[in-house]
Amino acid sequence: MIELKLQKSLRSGDQEMLLDLDISIKKGEFVTFYGESGSGKTSTLRLISGLVEGDSGTIFVDNDCWWDMNAKINLKPAKRKIGYVFQDYALFPNMTAYENLEFALPKYQDKAIIDELIAIMDLKDILNLKPDMLSGGQKQRVALARALVSKPKILLLDEPLSALDNIMRLKLQDYLIKIHHKYHLTTILVSHDVGEIIKLSQKVFEFQKGKIIRSGNPKEIFTHGKTSAKFQFTGEVIEIFHEKVIGIISVLIGQDIVKVVCDLSELEEFKVGDKVMVGSKAFNPIIQKI
Amino acid sequence: MNWIPLILTLKLALVTTLVLFVLAIPLSYWLSITKSKIKPVIETLVSMPLVLPPTVLGFYLLLAFSPQNVFGAWLENWFGIRLVFSFTGLVLASCIYSLPFMVQPIQAGLSGISSSLTEAASLLGKNRLNTLFYILLPNIKSSIITAVVLTFAHTVGEFGVVLMIGGNIPGKTKVASIAVYDEVESLNYSLANQYSIVLIILSFITLFIVYMINGGHLKRFTR
Repeated sequence: MIELKLQKSLRSGDQEMLLDLDISIKKGEFVTFYGESGSGKTSTLRLISGLVEGDSGTIFVDNDCWWDMNAKINLKPAKRKIGYVFQDYALFPNMTAYENLEFALPKYQDKAIIDELIAIMDLKDILNLKPDMLSGGQKQRVALARALVSKPKILLLDEPLSALDNIMRLKLQDYLIKIHHKYHLTTILVSHDVGEIIKLSQKVFEFQKGKIIRSGNPKEIFTHGKTSAKFQFTGEVIEIFHEKVIGIISVLIGQDIVKVVCDLSELEEFKVGDKVMVGSKAFNPIIQKI
Repeated sequence: MNWIPLILTLKLALVTTLVLFVLAIPLSYWLSITKSKIKPVIETLVSMPLVLPPTVLGFYLLLAFSPQNVFGAWLENWFGIRLVFSFTGLVLASCIYSLPFMVQPIQAGLSGISSSLTEAASLLGKNRLNTLFYILLPNIKSSIITAVVLTFAHTVGEFGVVLMIGGNIPGKTKVASIAVYDEVESLNYSLANQYSIVLIILSFITLFIVYMINGGHLKRFTR
């Protein structure tokens, strides 16, 4: 259980903003921080990991105090047993993928974990390459493996998938689910992608200007609990057609483009780039092998 | 041609470069991470030799090192070291004079490294020394090579400071740049010419190495 009660004044651009948090995250949960840029998501990860300190408050993890402003307790980042994947991956450019993993191994710890992670993350073929020879998805997998070498209890992911193309993204989401369960992690993901959030996480915290404005089950949050569809997907609007009497909206769901018919009056609600939920209530979907 | 002044020049440049390399790494590292208020003061002091006439520096060092003065007398009485008109004195003066050439490239290199690398290392439980030697320095190899080569080249080209505090003692403080001056004074133009040509070639080679590295032509050796 991670309990975070703290305040910190942040400076984003030339604006001052107060990050004011009261969050608790259950052990083993996969949660997402969602919200616009500069709303305090990454700062919260940095506070949990100990890379920065708050102005006032406390951080408790499994009833151990990690940080307490008044009691002057501040557990060092390395002692917090956290795996952290940076947005820019932060792989060490002077080391090969394997050396990156090896460097992360704590003293006297068994090397077996490295071999295990190489197998899970499919890194065998790229072990001897340096980071600038790796593709985005490969870097990501190495960064993820490196974050897990010290067998952390908590995994923090700062928009790790945002720079990847769709196919890579979907693949890495599966890796994330796999390791989250295998290592019994408590995982916190920063993400802007609604589909990704619904697929991966059990709980979402929505940030706005340093405060949590909503939290709860991602499906309920993003569909406002309005539909009880039997069958639903999230996607992104890529094109809107005005026909004579109806509107047609093309939605990208995963790698497929789906056309959805709607009323002309409804059309105004949508614009290209919107995240939408496509669902069906009345019909039974057909399923067949391909 | 007498090779001794040239050998002395190379010896001075080599020793100065080695001493400065050891000193500049902690200093540059501190400058690259500190948020201290005295940072601009230290940066200014480090860069002063870039703009100060070498004779000014040489003049004050001469006064400070002179056995007639408190500091010089103390050095001589307690340690038996006399810094004026000696090779040790030349090394010390060269170190001060060439300090910015070593510190600035290394500091710039260290400041240019993404802070997430340092943060990743600290999350992996590495202390600052480990991070410096295993992560930071290996990733600024070309800055380090630039710093080393420029320091070496700059020390080879030193004249004013050396003349002020070293004098012109053959085999001890008479480096190549002084020898050129000396030969011209005694109207030995052909000898002055020979020393000069060697210095030109030496400077060309060292600077050429820097530009080859910075232009990425020697990439496979620097990473």
